[in-house]
Amino acid sequence: MSETTLDTETYWSLGAEISDTKAAIDLPIDKIWQNRQFTAKLVNPANRRKLTVIIVGTGLAGGAAAATLGEAGYNVLNFCYQDSPRRAHSIAAQGGINAAKNYRNDGDSTYRLFYDTVKGGDYRSRETNVYRLAEVSANIIDQCVTQGVPFAREYGGLLDTRSFGGVQVQRTFYARGQTGQQLLIGAYQALERQVAAGTVKMYTRHEMIEVIVTDGRARGIVTRDMVTGKIEAFTADVVVLATGGYGNVFFLSTNAMGCNVTADWRAHRKGAYFANPCYTQIHPTCIPVHGETQSKLTLMSESLRNDGRIWVPKKAEDCGKDPRKIPEKDRDYYLERIYPSFGNLVPRDIASRQAKNMCDEGRGVGPEVAERDGEGNERKMRRGVYLDFSDAINRLGKKAVESRYGNLFDMYKQITAEDPYELPMRIYPAVHYTMGGLWVDYDLQSSIPGLYVAGEANFSDHGANRLGASALMQGLADGYFVLPNTINDYLAGAPFDKLDKNNPAVAEAVQSATDRVKTLLKVNGSRTVDSFHKELGHIMWEYCGMERSEEGLKLAIGRIRELRKEFWSDVKVTGVNEDFNQTLERAGRVADFLELGELMCVDALHRRESCGGHFRTESQTPEGEALRRDDEYLYVAAWEFASTGGAPVLHKEQLNYKAIELKQRSYK
Amino acid sequence: MKVTLRIWRQAKQDAQGRMVSYPLDGVSEDMSFLEMLDLLNEHLTKQNEEPVAFDHDCREGICGACGVVINGIAHGGEHTTTCQLHMRSFADNATIDIEPWQAGPFPVIKDLVVDRTALDRIIQAGGFISANTGSAPDAHAVPAPKRESDKAFDAATCIGCGACVAACPNGSAMLFTSAKITHLAMLPQGQPERYSRVKGMIAQHDEEGFGGCTNIGECSEVCPKGIPMETISQLNRDLISSLFKGTGK
Amino acid sequence: MAVTGLILIGFLLFHAFGNFKLLIPDEGAEFNEYSHLLRRLLYPILPPMFFLWGFRIFMLAATGLHLYSAYKLTGRRWSSAGVSGRYVSQKPSTSKAHSYAARTMIWGGIIIVLFVIMHLLQFTAQVLTFGYPDGTTTLEPYDRTLAGFSEWWVVLVYAIAMLAVCVHVFHGFWSAFATLGANVSAKSQGVLKGLAVLISAALYFGFMIPPVLILFGVIGQ
Repeated sequence: MSETTLDTETYWSLGAEISDTKAAIDLPIDKIWQNRQFTAKLVNPANRRKLTVIIVGTGLAGGAAAATLGEAGYNVLNFCYQDSPRRAHSIAAQGGINAAKNYRNDGDSTYRLFYDTVKGGDYRSRETNVYRLAEVSANIIDQCVTQGVPFAREYGGLLDTRSFGGVQVQRTFYARGQTGQQLLIGAYQALERQVAAGTVKMYTRHEMIEVIVTDGRARGIVTRDMVTGKIEAFTADVVVLATGGYGNVFFLSTNAMGCNVTADWRAHRKGAYFANPCYTQIHPTCIPVHGETQSKLTLMSESLRNDGRIWVPKKAEDCGKDPRKIPEKDRDYYLERIYPSFGNLVPRDIASRQAKNMCDEGRGVGPEVAERDGEGNERKMRRGVYLDFSDAINRLGKKAVESRYGNLFDMYKQITAEDPYELPMRIYPAVHYTMGGLWVDYDLQSSIPGLYVAGEANFSDHGANRLGASALMQGLADGYFVLPNTINDYLAGAPFDKLDKNNPAVAEAVQSATDRVKTLLKVNGSRTVDSFHKELGHIMWEYCGMERSEEGLKLAIGRIRELRKEFWSDVKVTGVNEDFNQTLERAGRVADFLELGELMCVDALHRRESCGGHFRTESQTPEGEALRRDDEYLYVAAWEFASTGGAPVLHKEQLNYKAIELKQRSYK
Repeated sequence: MKVTLRIWRQAKQDAQGRMVSYPLDGVSEDMSFLEMLDLLNEHLTKQNEEPVAFDHDCREGICGACGVVINGIAHGGEHTTTCQLHMRSFADNATIDIEPWQAGPFPVIKDLVVDRTALDRIIQAGGFISANTGSAPDAHAVPAPKRESDKAFDAATCIGCGACVAACPNGSAMLFTSAKITHLAMLPQGQPERYSRVKGMIAQHDEEGFGGCTNIGECSEVCPKGIPMETISQLNRDLISSLFKGTGK
Repeated sequence: MAVTGLILIGFLLFHAFGNFKLLIPDEGAEFNEYSHLLRRLLYPILPPMFFLWGFRIFMLAATGLHLYSAYKLTGRRWSSAGVSGRYVSQKPSTSKAHSYAARTMIWGGIIIVLFVIMHLLQFTAQVLTFGYPDGTTTLEPYDRTLAGFSEWWVVLVYAIAMLAVCVHVFHGFWSAFATLGANVSAKSQGVLKGLAVLISAALYFGFMIPPVLILFGVIGQ
């Protein structure tokens, strides 16, 4: 305990506990949402067009919310940094979307989806939110089908479903490997319909760089027009952030290049609590890094592990050899060896961590790629393990393997120029999703009144780990069904006083955003923005990635602080503000990542337990399994911003499990 | 490997653009085409020159943000998006021409970045099914035949990158427009607005200044999602039918 | 474009079929008879030449509309090009013959227009009297044809012009059906493109057989 006290003083301080006050937790779990819909105050349809709603982001959550609130008659302003709302990164989700429809008659139910999601999240999510998610999941499918999403169908014309992510029921609806794309296009079309109807005004190529808070309420945002550089304030009665995850803090991730934390972070600095920032999902089956110029990672469906066998050479000296020439006796099928009952199908985090362990031991395969070790020295490592289909091809025939995985094999070949039918695939884990995000209550309202947060940007539904095919579900649930039924409770108190651009809060926000841009342009140092981003990524990946330790995290915090200092004194941003300036855009985002990275490490440091995607070396069973510590850490860590580099304030939200019994998982 | 890039540089929309040569060394054949441009931009930044502006986002071939004309072919001629093109497709010491999508309705914003909002406006003119959130019947209330549903999906895979316009000698956006028409026309849910949709979208297409389709087929050749020419014929069929139907709009 | 194009293709097919009467070894009796009949078609229901003029006006209207559509399409193409024009880098020639035909429709069209003017001046108006015996200004249709195609360079001009027609029709035929909404599956596309090849080949051979036979003296000796 004494150590905790020391950390508390150095790295964070403890604030008052918080709790959600919107859900009536005394009611049975299946009555809470219905009750909230009834108790939430309503806004007269005639008054809605007088109320302005700002929505930042046009992905599943933002796009769906903008369309739905537009349909309801509010005056919606919708922003995105891309050139079209259709490009939000929700579009890249492959697998599918869960819904408790029980069309298969296989014992699925709202409760089972709820149970699986809470369990998958390793009991670190809020029960009430997750139950609601499961409840509205069925409506999502109805809505999407009606708006023309071409889900896979069976010959009878009814929807096909499959089992996904190791669950025992077939509840995942899909549209080939492009479910995210189809759902997003559905939301996009609904959104464009409202744009045509005049209820939604769309601002593309606009990046939010500040939030306007006055009288304790979020009242607007400051954006930079990415074409002209114009920095401008937009005011409203309520602000919704649906700005996605922050996986790009690792530089390399499966996120789109533009994904960033700026909107969330700006709100955090203005008082919105950031919850569970260290919960990161790392996906085991991605295509490995090819070299130092790698810009992003590509995910391949996890289904590959159904038939592929994962191995590395037993001897480090074999690692550079042609894998076909390594005899069976010199191969280490390590997952089958360590986890005989689950073998290659162990959960994502275990598969990921063991791949890292093998490579750390020097038994990785593929090209040697430069990286930095703990001391910041460059070293060459092979970061990859084999995913071998030769057994499957021998057993099932090439045809059968092709019919199951043909498109994935083609994608792999396109990127690596290696033929997986001949050579084993090489895979390595990559950052895929961030469960943490801005803290929200049951209404999705953050700790700043009038600031709502939806989709991956909030923390609410996935706990410490997200179940497969649940991200799409959550984004659309928030956007179509939750937010439009809760935001009215707040808007019933509106309209608020009109703010003009001379209002001190507005002027201050515009001024500080402008100053920040000016500062970035003024440094004129010697290092490129990307070089800082890559270095931050290395630190995060090494110490706040698949495995975290007290020592490593403290080291990382120190190094991030140094890097941040260097950034502000030596970054080189070319060009001017009044132009299309992609370097400037990236610089602003990296500056925020440099602050977020530290908070993630602090959060990971404070949570001395292993849970879901968060693995602390100090908290494992004798067999090396993650060890959760419910006695001490059964809470959401919501962080309040103190000052740049200053110790953030921890507010705990205790998690109460009433509808579900806590259990420790085991995959041995 | 080493390459010589000839890139269209244009400071802003109303500025005069021109091709500028950049030699680039240290390119690896495993790099994606956009990573090669990243490398060039790192060099340019260090030399205090303006980096080349180009649109990109997901870099996995699905968002539709990236797209340049490489050696005269939209997306470079490998039936994929620019981001999925790799440097191994080019010979060592090759000279590579890189230009933005050039079409009147796609004004150049800067260098290789163009304004494609005209495509969004075509969707606004009817590329949707009017179904407010919450009004949907059960998903199984209306079965949809698998054959048509699959066809709808194939058309719906369009990523809106605009390569069809870039490649079309007529500067037509018919493939883009027809992909949406076909997607929604193949589904039972798309029927009520089927004919007003095609009229509205075509009117907007023409209003934006896109050229007319003469069935050349260059669009389909460069389409990263392989949207077939048949969708254009489907659009035409619906357009002709719409002349004989009261569309209510 | 599509409708008028198909009308013009239909006309060409009949025209080629009619030309085969030249092959009948009767010193042109039937061919002349056919030519004269065309002038009196539907007579006496209608006044003489009435049908012919009606038909001429109809064809002229179809041609006019076809040209107008081409003019509009070209205008749209020009205005849809960027302010900087299109690409500096020229695309390597595509391997697809179809694409070539499609891209050159406008040039093929212009060649055909010029050719049709010459053809009408030669065979209808008899302004151009290639191969006519000295001092002769009018001949019977059969003799007109024989005279014209006795010059090798006239046949060559026709051979080139017909190539343009052929390439034009090859794309035009299937494209017209595509525009009319018939190209909605890979199968129908196969059928249409197959028919396009067949029709353009039939037109080429159909139109070129009589002139070549005349030139080599098989007809008219």
